[in-house]
Amino acid sequence: MSFDVAPYGAFIWPAYAVTVIALGGLIVWTIAKWRAAKAKLAALEKQ
Amino acid sequence: MFDWLFRYANPARFLGLSGAVLPWLAAVTVLTIGTGLYLGFSAPPDYQQGRTVLIMFIHVPAASMATVVYLSMAVASLFSLVNRHILADVAARTAAPIGAVFTLLALATGSLWGKPMWGTWWEWDGRMTSTLVQFFLYLGYSALWNAIEDETKAARICAILALVGAVNIPIIKFSVDWWATLHQGESIVSGHVAPVFLGPLLTMMGGYFLLFLTLWLVRIRTMIVERRARNLMGAEA
Amino acid sequence: MTPFFALLRRDLRLSVREGGGVGLALGFFALVATLVPLGVGPDMLLLSKVGAGILWVGATLAALLSLDRLFQADYEDGSLDLVALSPLSLEGAAAAKMIAHWLATGLPLTLLSPVLSVLFGLPTGAMLMLAASLLLGTPAVSAAGAIGASLTLSLRRGGLILPLIVLPLLTPAVIFGTGMVVEVQTGLATGAFGFLAAFSLATVLLSPFIAAMAVRLNLAG
Repeated sequence: MSFDVAPYGAFIWPAYAVTVIALGGLIVWTIAKWRAAKAKLAALEKQ
Repeated sequence: MFDWLFRYANPARFLGLSGAVLPWLAAVTVLTIGTGLYLGFSAPPDYQQGRTVLIMFIHVPAASMATVVYLSMAVASLFSLVNRHILADVAARTAAPIGAVFTLLALATGSLWGKPMWGTWWEWDGRMTSTLVQFFLYLGYSALWNAIEDETKAARICAILALVGAVNIPIIKFSVDWWATLHQGESIVSGHVAPVFLGPLLTMMGGYFLLFLTLWLVRIRTMIVERRARNLMGAEA
Repeated sequence: MTPFFALLRRDLRLSVREGGGVGLALGFFALVATLVPLGVGPDMLLLSKVGAGILWVGATLAALLSLDRLFQADYEDGSLDLVALSPLSLEGAAAAKMIAHWLATGLPLTLLSPVLSVLFGLPTGAMLMLAASLLLGTPAVSAAGAIGASLTLSLRRGGLILPLIVLPLLTPAVIFGTGMVVEVQTGLATGAFGFLAAFSLATVLLSPFIAAMAVRLNLAG
């Protein structure tokens, strides 16, 4: 398994970076919305 | 014919079932993507592209998911119109942002792949162009959902839009491919993938699909819980 | 007169009268044809190469201008409910409105196109083929536009969403429409006419049913 990407590093790493950011952001956002919804429902059900 | 499906489509039951499945689904997703990445970085450089072939492993899956997610949205929309099932409404609505992200990713990674390959950041070839159009289809769908106040009406109206768009997608792809070959200047990446790259490519495609399913399930569950909360609030009012 | 033609005539009269529909579309079309050369420069060789595409896009956008009111005006003042109760089916009503829209926009735009083709230095053959492609393709614009209009008729600010929804659906029309002109300019046969004809026919035939479905959903809600 090799990380030697010469001479195309300037393209490969940004591509992977943008993928990690986009998919990571999507995952984080999805989980955050889920947690918020659960918390809200729990608060309402307690009443 | 789909009665068995609808028994599990009861929102409460769905919440229970999906909750049990989700951890396994997430685990398999991580494993698959991890394996795909390992295989990808272990593969030798392509004799033509060098190591930019690594971008193919994250570009092609994103691009195919752009279409797969839209088709899932369309199927959910069909159930929404025909069966008027609330889970179908939710499923269709929640798929759209995921599809839009995949589409944007396909365009961005495609651009970064294209620069070393063809020398330009953008190429009006068949695939990139129809992906761009597909992005606008997602945008329009979400915009329409957000613009209509009544949720049930929004679900049915957007279901029609999703289905009309879905029928159009093969037509758009065909017309764009037809146009691209008409204006063919630069050489386009051939569809032929060397066998040594098929392993990581297919694995990543599978991984991306599993990621979609995982995220989709969580979003549907979120919407169900949000609805419950809203009903509770409404009951108190 | 049958209800179908009555509705068609009424819609047509409205778009010609208010000074809205017809004049606006033609004016916009001419403006686009004027602005683009100002933007890209007066190189007639370049303009003649891109002219067909520019004019096709301009015509499509111009035809979309009056679309958001297609069902919305009648929805707001209650006449759409009356149409729904009338002996004319909603499908028939949608078809009548779609045809009226084309007669008020697509057709005049097609007739104006040879004049605007001169601004781009299109040779006679290309000019005629452009008009023919617009004649064949603008019904698809009205048809797809009617679908978009029916989906957005309840939105007060739906005017901005409508082009966003309709334009992606119309990419085949733009592609094959200009393709027909490219055939004349390059001398290569590509089948663009057949594809455009099929696309137009399909959208025109399907649009009334889809639009009626959307109108029903909106009236019920």
